[in-house]
Amino acid sequence: MHSPTETRGHASLRLLLIVTLSAAAVACGRGNEASGATAPAQVITIDGSSTVFPVIEAVAEEFQREHRGTRVTVGSSGTGGGFQKFCRGETDISNASRPIKATEIEACTKQGIEYVELPIGYDGIAIVVHPSNTWASAMTVADLKKLWEPSAQGRITRWSQIRPDWPDREIHLFGAGVDSGTFEYFTEAIAGKAGQSRGDYTSSEDDNVIVQGVSGGPDALGYFGYAYYEQNRDKLKLVAVDDGDDTNGAGAIRPSPETVANGTYRPLSRPVFVYARVSSMDRPEIRAFLDFLLDRGQPLVREVGYVALTPREQELVRRRYSERKTGSMFAGTDHAPMTLEQRLTR
Amino acid sequence: MIGTALPPPRTSRGRRLGDHLFASFGALVTLLALAALGALLYDVARDGLGRLSWSFLTSYPSRRAADAGILPALAGSLFVVTLTALIAVPLGVSAAIYLEEYGGRGRLARLIEINIANLAGVPSIIYGLLGLGLFVRLMQMERSVLAGASTLALLALPVIILATREALRAVPPSLREASYALGATKWQTTWHQVLPAALPGIFTGLILALSRTIGETAPLITIGALTYVPFVPTDVWSPFTVLPIQIFNWVSRPQAAFAENAAAGILVLLVVLLAMNACAIVLRDRLQRRV
Amino acid sequence: MRSRRIFEAVIERALFLCAAGSILVTAGIVLVLLWETAAFLGEVPIREFLFGTVWTPLFYDKQFGVLPLVAGTLLASAIAMAVALPAGLLIAIYLSEYAPAPIRRTVRPVLEVLAGVPTVVYGYFALQFVTPLLQQIVPGLAGFNALSPGIVMGIMILPLVSSLSEDAMRSVPTGLREGAYALGATRMQTALRVVVPAAFSGISAATVLAMSRAVGETMIVAIAAGQQPRLTLDPRVPIETMTAYIVQVSLGDTPAGTLEYRTIFAVGMLLFLSTFALNLMSNWLRGRFRQEYA
Repeated sequence: MHSPTETRGHASLRLLLIVTLSAAAVACGRGNEASGATAPAQVITIDGSSTVFPVIEAVAEEFQREHRGTRVTVGSSGTGGGFQKFCRGETDISNASRPIKATEIEACTKQGIEYVELPIGYDGIAIVVHPSNTWASAMTVADLKKLWEPSAQGRITRWSQIRPDWPDREIHLFGAGVDSGTFEYFTEAIAGKAGQSRGDYTSSEDDNVIVQGVSGGPDALGYFGYAYYEQNRDKLKLVAVDDGDDTNGAGAIRPSPETVANGTYRPLSRPVFVYARVSSMDRPEIRAFLDFLLDRGQPLVREVGYVALTPREQELVRRRYSERKTGSMFAGTDHAPMTLEQRLTR
Repeated sequence: MIGTALPPPRTSRGRRLGDHLFASFGALVTLLALAALGALLYDVARDGLGRLSWSFLTSYPSRRAADAGILPALAGSLFVVTLTALIAVPLGVSAAIYLEEYGGRGRLARLIEINIANLAGVPSIIYGLLGLGLFVRLMQMERSVLAGASTLALLALPVIILATREALRAVPPSLREASYALGATKWQTTWHQVLPAALPGIFTGLILALSRTIGETAPLITIGALTYVPFVPTDVWSPFTVLPIQIFNWVSRPQAAFAENAAAGILVLLVVLLAMNACAIVLRDRLQRRV
Repeated sequence: MRSRRIFEAVIERALFLCAAGSILVTAGIVLVLLWETAAFLGEVPIREFLFGTVWTPLFYDKQFGVLPLVAGTLLASAIAMAVALPAGLLIAIYLSEYAPAPIRRTVRPVLEVLAGVPTVVYGYFALQFVTPLLQQIVPGLAGFNALSPGIVMGIMILPLVSSLSEDAMRSVPTGLREGAYALGATRMQTALRVVVPAAFSGISAATVLAMSRAVGETMIVAIAAGQQPRLTLDPRVPIETMTAYIVQVSLGDTPAGTLEYRTIFAVGMLLFLSTFALNLMSNWLRGRFRQEYA
């Protein structure tokens, strides 16, 4: 017959087998409810800009506190990465720190993805250095261009090369990754064309890495959305930017909610957006989330460190959403000098 | 022992001094290595102990460091490692049984052995790339618990196979021979005699393999596990996050308060690891008692 | 009786399939890597990939020279080996030739705990503890650098070197030692001039294995070494390793079929081949060692 050892071992194995099979049955059964590859219907999938991430994270957190059953996932693959997923139908909402591009519009149209473009606030891209950096308190756009344009790669490596009176020390550069809307906006504003940047710096889609990098050593310089400076003031120092145009503020201007709001912090102020998929709006939880975002998101925008929309702008955005107005306000006329209000009423 | 069975060599005092210095140096370096471990644990404990609390264990991630908690990550880790075990254990144990009991010295068996030994040395991120190409893209599992667990199962497989083989090898041949002598077939012998006897060793190996799995970060990042998942995954198709990735996310945030969260998360991870290893030891002892 | 035999045959088949499945895993790895790498090399000439010195595959001026990543990996690994090899060997000698049995029995498992700590914990340790500490000693040490993760990696792989070397040394027959003592050698002389050379193959096997582990390490460098590919031997500046690059791109978006997606597989292929070669070398060395003392 069976030895006691064997009976014991035998029993354990039987138990293991039963547990295995039943667990597998349960798991597969639940899986079949959800249509295979997509997440269960009660999940709101959001991805995109690392700049906008803190706002959406705050909104999602407050929203989930009140709506216990709904789940919101927020990724930060960068504006470009977010749009790629959005136009493949993988996400419900895409965060963006720049308007949707022509190629992305095309991709979405091809897949039949309709979207509503919703500005949610303004951001100023902050140029930051280490607190012990005493020389770079202000830079002109020409300085930044010299430092960041593609031909600077391998060539401009020391502070003294930008301005002769600056110390002859190595520069350590940190900046946005190529999927980042901040990257696109920064390069367009500084070098003249989106995507034109040197490649020999620490690039990351995660702005926290840039903060860590700049706060790590005295020779560092980096750029990211203003909120990341606001949350790390003790570790960073702002650089004032002079765009050479006295009509919108004389001299070098430091970014702040005020200077971004009144338009003097140029050229690095910009609106930030969420893009919501129209077909997702059939779902009640998506509508609830967007309502929450539009009605109660502005204080959170301010809390995170960005600039809120004016009441008039908020009203126009709300109308755009309720009318389900699709397409982009920026299509075709990239950076024509129009205010947001003007675009919203076009 | 070595060197003590003989009378001390007759050497000059200088050489003996050199010998003592060398011994002391060796002891010192050993102590330093242990001190490094101590420094690590001390640093983590100092930063994280204050943050550990019941609310930390049951809260969801938050932008406010003080409110952030580790619940989805903890649940995700336990879910993923359980699923990994369910996939990897039957496959691994079966493979080991074949190689040890049936394999023979054929060229194919030898090839399989070499192959498994090599797989054990492949960096975990390569498994992540395999998971990305195969499970996420080809089989369309997306960023689900299933994709994560499948990838980790492949990672754990070589270790489980090797550990099971060791356990099977430790079973004395006399047990098998007695069984054959009584007329049992190979499978009957394996199932009724060898496996039960090897079970303690197998369990130990399993739990050690799985405790390595629970600390894995790179493969799951590669297949796209998210860093902001503020809910507990309920089924295998759900997006998920795990303890190491949550820790990684907090480590990447520059605010000092998040560093504390990361340290507290590390303490939770270490406790889970400790529990698993303690389980392994207890199980092994209990299953061994009947011998 | 026939049904029993059929049953046995079926079982054997099933078990064989599980074992052969492991070959499928290797085949899977090779296929996935090969497929995407081939597509990558269709667009980027292999000479540029292997010998180019600038790695900016995601930028406007796309360059696909992988050498900066390789340099970063080698730099961090070299620092790790510089820590792990002398310390590990010394500890192994001490435990094998000098330490009394109780010390050896307690120290060895404790050291192996070092190997079991999850790498993300080491990354935390490197960034939060070691880097600030080193910044006070080393002038000009940037927040992200190769030195700090290199040292921490060294601590992590130290048990690998010490345990395997110790095993190799203890396998050396006592006769050799006794011969040396009979000739009047001290323990140190015996250890250094007799035991270590005798165990050389085993120790080399351990070293090469540790090297392979360092090359394949991901999280410690991803957290603490930086994300700036550059061809340098300066351990004080941010660099990027092959593994950290894969993580960096994975944290963004990796849409299948694009050149960016393929770069992580091309780099992965290089990584796989390097660690595979190192593992093979280690196995061969261990085989030679067993031959000498089996």
